[in-house]
Amino acid sequence: MNQLSIEDLRVSIAEQEIIRGLSLTMPKGEVHAIMGPNGSGKSTLAKVIAGHPDYKVISGTIEMDGENIMELEPDERSRKGLFLAFQYPSEIPGVTIANFLRAAVQARLPEGEELEATDYYAKLYEKMDLLEMDRSFTSRSVNEGFSGGEKKRNEILQLAMLQPKYAVLDETDSGLDIDALKVVAHGVNAMRGPDIGILVITHYQRLLDYIIPDHVHVMVQGRIVRSGGKELALELEEKGYERYETADVGEPAMA
Amino acid sequence: MTNQTAVLDETMEEIDSPPPARAILSNSFEARSPELPAWFREQQQMAWTKFGSLPYPNRKDQPWRFSNVKALDLSGYNFGAPLSQSERDEILERSSGLHQVAGRLIFADDQLLRRDPLPQELLAAGVLLKPLERAIVEHEDLFRRHFMAQPATLGSAKFAALHEAFVTSGTFVYVPRGVEVELPIEIFHWLHGENASVFPHTLLIADELAKVTVIEHFQSAHSDRAGFACGVNDLVVGRGAKLNYVCTQNWNQKALAIQINSTSVERDASAKSLNVHLGGAYSRFESLSRLTGEGARSDLLAVSVADNAQEFDARTLQDHASPHTTSDLLYKNALTDRARNTFGGLIRVEPHAHFTDAYQTVRNLLLSDDAEANSMPGLEILADNVKCSHGATSGQLGENEMFYLLSRGIPASVAKQLLVSGFLNEVVDRLDHPAITGHIHELIEAKFARR
Repeated sequence: MNQLSIEDLRVSIAEQEIIRGLSLTMPKGEVHAIMGPNGSGKSTLAKVIAGHPDYKVISGTIEMDGENIMELEPDERSRKGLFLAFQYPSEIPGVTIANFLRAAVQARLPEGEELEATDYYAKLYEKMDLLEMDRSFTSRSVNEGFSGGEKKRNEILQLAMLQPKYAVLDETDSGLDIDALKVVAHGVNAMRGPDIGILVITHYQRLLDYIIPDHVHVMVQGRIVRSGGKELALELEEKGYERYETADVGEPAMA
Repeated sequence: MTNQTAVLDETMEEIDSPPPARAILSNSFEARSPELPAWFREQQQMAWTKFGSLPYPNRKDQPWRFSNVKALDLSGYNFGAPLSQSERDEILERSSGLHQVAGRLIFADDQLLRRDPLPQELLAAGVLLKPLERAIVEHEDLFRRHFMAQPATLGSAKFAALHEAFVTSGTFVYVPRGVEVELPIEIFHWLHGENASVFPHTLLIADELAKVTVIEHFQSAHSDRAGFACGVNDLVVGRGAKLNYVCTQNWNQKALAIQINSTSVERDASAKSLNVHLGGAYSRFESLSRLTGEGARSDLLAVSVADNAQEFDARTLQDHASPHTTSDLLYKNALTDRARNTFGGLIRVEPHAHFTDAYQTVRNLLLSDDAEANSMPGLEILADNVKCSHGATSGQLGENEMFYLLSRGIPASVAKQLLVSGFLNEVVDRLDHPAITGHIHELIEAKFARR
């Protein structure tokens, strides 16, 4: 049961159903990509997995290693090993990256145990070096005044520091030039291994040139309409999503 | 031997049971300290008469609009009895502020408990750090010239008169021309006795091209004793001088506090003040910054964290009396539970004060539905070529920011605290003094930890 599995998920916001019976299974140790056109519900899916309060889950389950996480608060999900890299990370004025990450790492320690500062900084600097981030980053306010590339790098830095079991990367390539894209992909690839499952959500194929997925899923109108190997990404790049969109996906069949 | 012991015991008892503390309000005036010079005691007598002649504040008065004037009942407060040796020791033990200071004075119920003098080289350079009552005698000219030289015009004239009538001690700092005091000078004022009142006074004079940083800590020895603090500070910044003033107001939540500041900044000088308001049931802060010479600059910074039914009330005036002057006010307030905050501020640019830059920004962060913030920013511009802006906003914690922190596994209570601290840090970090900002962060965190 070492997998992230989503079963027949239906989600609405403001009375509109955005995810319409989506099922997906990602075993730990694999990298999956979800590709889909704008408005297909990809970002909504990412936020619902993380537990964003704005979305109403109508039905379905999300399980992490066999445990239903639907009733858990976002912070509990995170501490259990879930990570979301945001498409648009929030700016947190006045809170330094060092303090922010320290709070996140501290939250994972047993009650009453204090974080060892030297170990923490050693690890932080190691991960920053990997992502080619200057040390001065730690004293800057989280994402405030960051370039697009800096914001995404900061997301991957958090991913590397928190070492989740499952990570969802929501449009991590947006706002990145080719150099930044390579650095970010390098950071993600360094994380790959048997202890993590990574779900890469993207609109374009280009990120998948650098983060090669084991499986690709096509998401259209709130559902996975096709799954396949990495070659599927190339096919989508060439032929686009039109043929999926024009097909009448209508109401999903009830299980 | 036996006899001698008995005599000693008797003496001890006498010290342990001091006469009952005197009420501050009475029908006739009696100077608190007969040791003060006669001319000053006469001045105090006049101030007492003035206190009696001025009316109590009324909510209909603009300077008291939105204020809870009912909190200003002064009956029941006393001057506090002399502290016993063990009480003094305990307070000294608890007076922990900065690790490194140039000098330090510690007061409790207006009694000077300890004085850590300045290092020899500063004394040799002519820097003065003295209890106020000594400065009145030893530096009468300087004292007379600057002591409460600017009238309290922001509403609390009555309380300024009360302060003047009853001030007996405080701190006098003088930094001579061209002398820089690198480490901060630190002052503690404690409220100790039941219903005790204190009248802390701080007079700071930075002469031409001098540089100095002073931090005051206001604290209560007991969390459950009512008390009244009526303080005044005068900051005088001479030509080209640079003065930083910090006050951490951390009285207990039963205290009634009124603090009146006046700052005057001469040509090319700069003053930066940071007031941190954490304590008090009702705490009013009046701050008047007057820019008297060309090129003068004043930064007025304040943060507050209010919970329960705490009420903070701030009134300010940025008074530009010369051309090419700058003032920048940034106040940030975090409020929860049923707490209230009032801000009334005015930027006044006098007729000849052209090419003035003046800013006034107030931000309120409302963390509960019942918290209330009222802000009244104001401008009065009588000169040309002036850059001014003022604005006050109130808002809640951002949902996206909150979700971002939660999604990293940070528990909601910690996330909230981080966001509030972050909100306040923009102000605190402007001080650009790591030792002091570190201390302030600790105080703010401690307030959260008590919740």
